[in-house]
Amino acid sequence: MNVDYLVNSLYLIKPELAIASALVLLVLIDLIMGNNKKFLPYVAIAGLIAAAYFIIGQFGMNSLAFVSKSNKGMIIADPFGAFFKGIVVFASLFVVYFSIKSDEIKASFERHGEYYTLIFGMILGMFFMISASDLILIYISLELVSFSSYVLAGFTKTALRNSEAALKYVIYGGVSSGIMLFGISILYGITGSTNLYEINSLIQSSSIPNLTFILSGILIFVGIGYKISAAPFHFWTPDVYEGAPITITAFLSVASKAAGFALLIRFIKITFIKSVDSAGYWQLVDLIDWKTFFIFLSIITMTLGNFAALWQDNLKRMLAYSSIAHAGYLLLGMAVLSNQGMIAIIIYFAVYAITNLGAFFVVMLIANKIGSENIDDYKGLGYSQPFLGVSLAIFLISLTGLPPTAGFIGKLYLFIALVDAKMITLAVIALLNSVVALYYYIRVLKNLFLSRPANGTFEFKVSFSNGLVLVLLAAPIIILGIYFTPLVDLAKNSMQILGF
Amino acid sequence: MHVPIEYFLVLSAFMFITGVAGVLTRRNAIVIFMSVELMLNSANLTLVTFSSYIGNPVGQLFVFFVMTVAAAEAAVGLAIIIALFRNKQTMNVDEINILKW
Repeated sequence: MNVDYLVNSLYLIKPELAIASALVLLVLIDLIMGNNKKFLPYVAIAGLIAAAYFIIGQFGMNSLAFVSKSNKGMIIADPFGAFFKGIVVFASLFVVYFSIKSDEIKASFERHGEYYTLIFGMILGMFFMISASDLILIYISLELVSFSSYVLAGFTKTALRNSEAALKYVIYGGVSSGIMLFGISILYGITGSTNLYEINSLIQSSSIPNLTFILSGILIFVGIGYKISAAPFHFWTPDVYEGAPITITAFLSVASKAAGFALLIRFIKITFIKSVDSAGYWQLVDLIDWKTFFIFLSIITMTLGNFAALWQDNLKRMLAYSSIAHAGYLLLGMAVLSNQGMIAIIIYFAVYAITNLGAFFVVMLIANKIGSENIDDYKGLGYSQPFLGVSLAIFLISLTGLPPTAGFIGKLYLFIALVDAKMITLAVIALLNSVVALYYYIRVLKNLFLSRPANGTFEFKVSFSNGLVLVLLAAPIIILGIYFTPLVDLAKNSMQILGF
Repeated sequence: MHVPIEYFLVLSAFMFITGVAGVLTRRNAIVIFMSVELMLNSANLTLVTFSSYIGNPVGQLFVFFVMTVAAAEAAVGLAIIIALFRNKQTMNVDEINILKW
């Protein structure tokens, strides 16, 4: 490996380098400026914009970085990764803005340096998770994301529910990553390589012990399933989402999940693929019945998420269960195992990211003023605060998936992919699940608009900048619900995973 | 003296199961962390075993990363336990129950 080659590889990881430099800069500025911490969010935003600029450049790329004699490449730069990195940066920009406005975060002003540094650590980990093609890098980036989020979940140390959330998170996270690591060690043992491309060519050419291979695959899936909060590994989600500061909850529910799904899709697509037929269906190495596996997983995930959300009184916790249910819908796209299914996942995820950020932003604005996230305390909010009420209504309707919002488009493409793959029963189950979801979203809307407020509960003003950001999040949902061609085109362009 | 590979693998599988059982049955947060470390170390043992058996150094390289990660995890975990202990004066995970269902 010569120096020129190394330099060329560095050009392929520009977004990661931008984030890493911003991280170092944040630490230094925090040290130098002492008590003046007003600049930190702006440095963070500048770093994110630089990363976004480099990510746009990656849409045209299709190559591997850090290839050597013994390794077929550690990092992939391709449009698929660029899309998911874009989602992460988009979410981070909003989360940094939320953090400026959040009372919870303002209260621990003297530790803002750590806060933004840890957020950047998380972003860096997610970037590597999205583009990794080597088991070592996958494991380390997963842990980088996890460690930063453990600390951030317990950031406001004095609040009891914060530290409880952090402890639960660190225990679940530690166990599932330990299980994943054991799976990786077995996979390394039977293939003798940690590179996904090499493992793929090995399992296609030679006969390897089936049972051991399935075991290691399932163990690795535990780690990924915990990141996307799929059903049997979801237990941490409601507790952490409720206990963590709202800004971090919003970040976990969008960015962390994006990275998890990107890793899942890439891992399945690169490691187990045999060929892609002309209709875009993936032929995987038949170790287990992949379709049944994903169908089973998605059905239990969405059913459990939707039914548990029914009796939640805390809006944050309800949104946590709803995010589990959404992970279930996204796994439906996995079950199709075709390019069409992946395009549906990408569309769904773009919509879900905007909607969820908006919903958490409204919850944060209200919690800043009334100090509660309980649905019963929202009674009559729609009358005294029509702007907040209507935006929350838009977000919740989009999460349900009703027209004319973008959530409907996401679900539509998912169902089309299912019907095209002749999985009608599954489409019907998903539809019935949406009906269940309607009940708990509408319950919030009922409290907002059908009850009269007690006197003087909601006498506050939404500042201009907050209103602007809210419009920035709510407007795309309506616009993409009607004019969705650009989103579909973007998704089709992003569906280029390197290899096969 | 040549020790067959099965010996190492069985030992590491046993360590892994001990770790999982410890996490599931123990109630003290610190003991749970020790069990998680045991799980990580069992994976390390597997990696080193396969690495020397196949004659490929990548596995041993991986172990160094895992050891670093395990140290970081212990640091973060213990810090969180201390933060919780200051608020609640307990390390029993059964009593850490304000967030449920």
